[in-house]
Amino acid sequence: MAVILDALVQLGQLVLVLLLAPLLTGFVRKVKSRLLRREGPQTIQPYRDLLKLLRKEVVLAENASWLFRVAPYLIFATTWVAAALVPTFATGLVFSPAVDLIAIIALLGSARFMLALAGLDVGTSFGGIGSSREMMISSLAEPAMLMIAFTLSLLAGSTQLSSVATYMQSTAVGLRVSLALSLVGLIMVAIAENARIPIDNPATHLELTMVHEAMILEYSGRHLAVIEAAASLKLLLYLSLILCLFAPWGVAIAGEGFASYALALLIYVVKLAIGGFLLAVFETAVAKMRVFRVSDFLGVSLMLGLLAALLLFVSRGV
Amino acid sequence: MAIEVLLWCIAALLGTAVLAVAGARQTATSMFVYMVALVASTVGLGTVGWALVTSPDLAQALHLPIGLPWLGAHFRLDPLAAAFLIVVNLGGATASLYGLGDRRSEREPGRVLPFFPAFLAGMNLVVLADDAFTFLLTWEFMSLTSWALVMAHHRQRGNAHAGYVYLLMASLGTLSLLLCFGLLAGPEGGYAFDAIRNAHPSPNTAAVVLALALLGAGSKAGLVPLHVWLPLAHPAAPSHVSALMSGVMTKVAVYGFVRIVFDLMGPGAWWWGAVVLLFGGASAVLGVLHALMEHDLKRLLAYHTVENIGIIFIGLGLALAFRANDMAGPAALAMTAALFHVFNHSVFKSLLFLGAGAVLSRTGERDMERLGGLIHRMPVTAFAFLIGSAAISALPPFNGFVSEWLTFQAILMTPQVPQWVLKFLAPAIGAALALSAALAASCFVKAFGISFLGRPRTSAAQNAKETDALSLAAMLVLVSVCLVAGILPGYFIDALAPVVQSVVSGHLPVQAALSWLTIVPIAEARSSYNGLLLFVLIATAATIASYVIHRWASQAIRRSASWDCGFPDAGLATQYTAGSFAQPIRRVFGTLVFHAREEIHMPPPGDSRPASFHVYLRDRIWDALYVPVDRIVGVTATALNKLQFLTLRGYLTLVSGALVALLAILALWQ
Repeated sequence: MAVILDALVQLGQLVLVLLLAPLLTGFVRKVKSRLLRREGPQTIQPYRDLLKLLRKEVVLAENASWLFRVAPYLIFATTWVAAALVPTFATGLVFSPAVDLIAIIALLGSARFMLALAGLDVGTSFGGIGSSREMMISSLAEPAMLMIAFTLSLLAGSTQLSSVATYMQSTAVGLRVSLALSLVGLIMVAIAENARIPIDNPATHLELTMVHEAMILEYSGRHLAVIEAAASLKLLLYLSLILCLFAPWGVAIAGEGFASYALALLIYVVKLAIGGFLLAVFETAVAKMRVFRVSDFLGVSLMLGLLAALLLFVSRGV
Repeated sequence: MAIEVLLWCIAALLGTAVLAVAGARQTATSMFVYMVALVASTVGLGTVGWALVTSPDLAQALHLPIGLPWLGAHFRLDPLAAAFLIVVNLGGATASLYGLGDRRSEREPGRVLPFFPAFLAGMNLVVLADDAFTFLLTWEFMSLTSWALVMAHHRQRGNAHAGYVYLLMASLGTLSLLLCFGLLAGPEGGYAFDAIRNAHPSPNTAAVVLALALLGAGSKAGLVPLHVWLPLAHPAAPSHVSALMSGVMTKVAVYGFVRIVFDLMGPGAWWWGAVVLLFGGASAVLGVLHALMEHDLKRLLAYHTVENIGIIFIGLGLALAFRANDMAGPAALAMTAALFHVFNHSVFKSLLFLGAGAVLSRTGERDMERLGGLIHRMPVTAFAFLIGSAAISALPPFNGFVSEWLTFQAILMTPQVPQWVLKFLAPAIGAALALSAALAASCFVKAFGISFLGRPRTSAAQNAKETDALSLAAMLVLVSVCLVAGILPGYFIDALAPVVQSVVSGHLPVQAALSWLTIVPIAEARSSYNGLLLFVLIATAATIASYVIHRWASQAIRRSASWDCGFPDAGLATQYTAGSFAQPIRRVFGTLVFHAREEIHMPPPGDSRPASFHVYLRDRIWDALYVPVDRIVGVTATALNKLQFLTLRGYLTLVSGALVALLAILALWQ
């Protein structure tokens, strides 16, 4: 019985992230519009967009291969699974031993690999520019992310997200310089990986600086819908990850019962809203940077990660 | 006994090599040679696999009265040898299968057929050898047969140079190993491995032995800065031989290193680990950066071997460091990671080289800038190459990820090490490993995307046909190994347990007994990974998504011209090329690592000369290390040249002077 219940909670999280992701995207857009004193689309607009795209026919380039048609589903499935395995409202769910922080990062890498290949499939100049830049960004962002994972795992003595979250909730943490550096580094990586300003602009087309949009330029209809859903899921995933690692307050532990799950869920949604709001404020406040300054930006986050790990070794060694 | 079966297989291979010389002109010879190689490798693989699984404390020795009269030839099959024999024979079997399928595309079979089985036999013999003499002899045999295979197409531009560089590096390697074994055996000359094992070298001797082993095995494996011959020689050979050289022979070199440093030398100092880690980290990052700048498919793969050898040596370095501190658990973790990566890399690197070989034999092109769109014409090859690319880029749920994950877990154990140098080194090595994994993904997006996706750039790529069924079978066998080792890594880790136990006297917990086939290197609260569950989840999620959408939303498709923001250009030149794909990364790392220089000539308006764009890259290691050595050798040779033109009196004076000097040295020495 308990096993079935646990499985249900895990299943609930799978559905939850899928349902929440477009809402988060819509919320961030709404806040950004309001900050620019525009009315902006309704918060639920992303759902409408997805449904509309799903019902439309796919216009496929003549020389698109099977990879181009399979990739969206694989990207979506990989991102969805990764997002569902990050602790959101509860830690220690049934599937959580399946992957740790390193595997989550690598899973997102798999999704990106497929997306970059899909960008090259039709053989257009825009697709190539997007893939090439995406891989340049990720080749710096992924090591930075891994160094942050490295720091947190050293601190908590585990790469398991649930264990790290439990450790961060405990009083053993204290204030550490390494943690501050990791948080800043992680936020920088999250901004880069989710194609947000100042790295990329999610709201633009027809601009030579676009990265993510350039890769998916040839997609339409249901393919575009699942890719958009995957992008929303990725944003949710990174936000959940930051919340789970650096603000794990109010997270329930598996098996605590539905009352505490419900409370934890409420707290999670509030935290997400705060995170989304801060993201919108940040995006409105900064300007987009040139593509070739991105490497400096991400180089800083890589250095922060490395520094955080080194500091940890120094302070712990004594 | 398994070892006898193996030696009979090797004898069959050597016999075939001799027969192939005699029958080089017959067309049936190539079929015969590859059939024998395939059967011998498969039998070898089955025998060793069975022996390793059924008797974990494997130790079969055999003594043949050949070789040095007072020594003979010792052979021994222990778990370590068995693990590497599996790698050798799996690679051998698939390369033979590919060779069998693709045998008609070889224009000069007489230059390949005799050496191919001999090369396979040589690699098997190195791993089986149980005395220094047999080891060195078979090592040199392996080097020379592979050199002959590199020179098979010696009339092609650059191949003669590649063969020359390879021969020099191989000689250097064997010389180092010769001195290494000489030091290990001591003045009494106990060349049997048993005798060497019991004689513990002094710390100073051990340091020299470690340096010589790194030089000898590292030059064969392609460790930076000894990697310069790999990107020249590996692509020059026929493709299935490239697969063997890159996927398997480099592993035989790793075997040599593990045998000498872990087994023969006995317990070591902690700084050995630091040295090996430094070389490993440098190889991992530089290898992949070089690969990114490369547009020749086979050279790109060869540079990736440098990267992966670096990752393997990171694991070995960690194992050395942990072992020196008596940390059996972490040492076993690091060693398992290294050995698992040895296996994984041999599988996906063979796969990728076979895929590149299929492309080469069907289009005649190795240059990615002249390929494109092959996924339409060679769909199965493209699929196999895609899986290989994902595996080498360390993407879950394939096998490359599992071994890199284990290496990461091993790095995370370093805070427990007391030495400061190692503590400072560990995060840097972690960053190097992370960087190399991310860059490898970029590199294989480039390799697969430019060669197989997009629109065909030449008529050769336009008119390519799918390769033959046997070659495809060879690739698909390796694809399935990539997937199985990725989703069921627990069984592979358990199979490696006796090997790890024999080398670092410790092993990981038994994985197969864990629920849901999760792998747990140290403790569940610490880290765990479940490839099977991940694979099932992703497959289910993708199936559900596509089913739901096709059932309830829409399944209409309309083919049309590509959109490209409203300005589609039919010109093939508007596609992204390998060079333009790598340009952002070249801007980030190029100046520092390669001294990259771009030269743009833009004639003014009205001038009809064509515009041009050149990129100049330099290998700094070549400039800093090899060019000075070359110059010194040149200057010395010119100076010594005078000795060839002395008078008789001059020669007599020289000879007696040398004799007196030597005697004086001897007198002072005593």
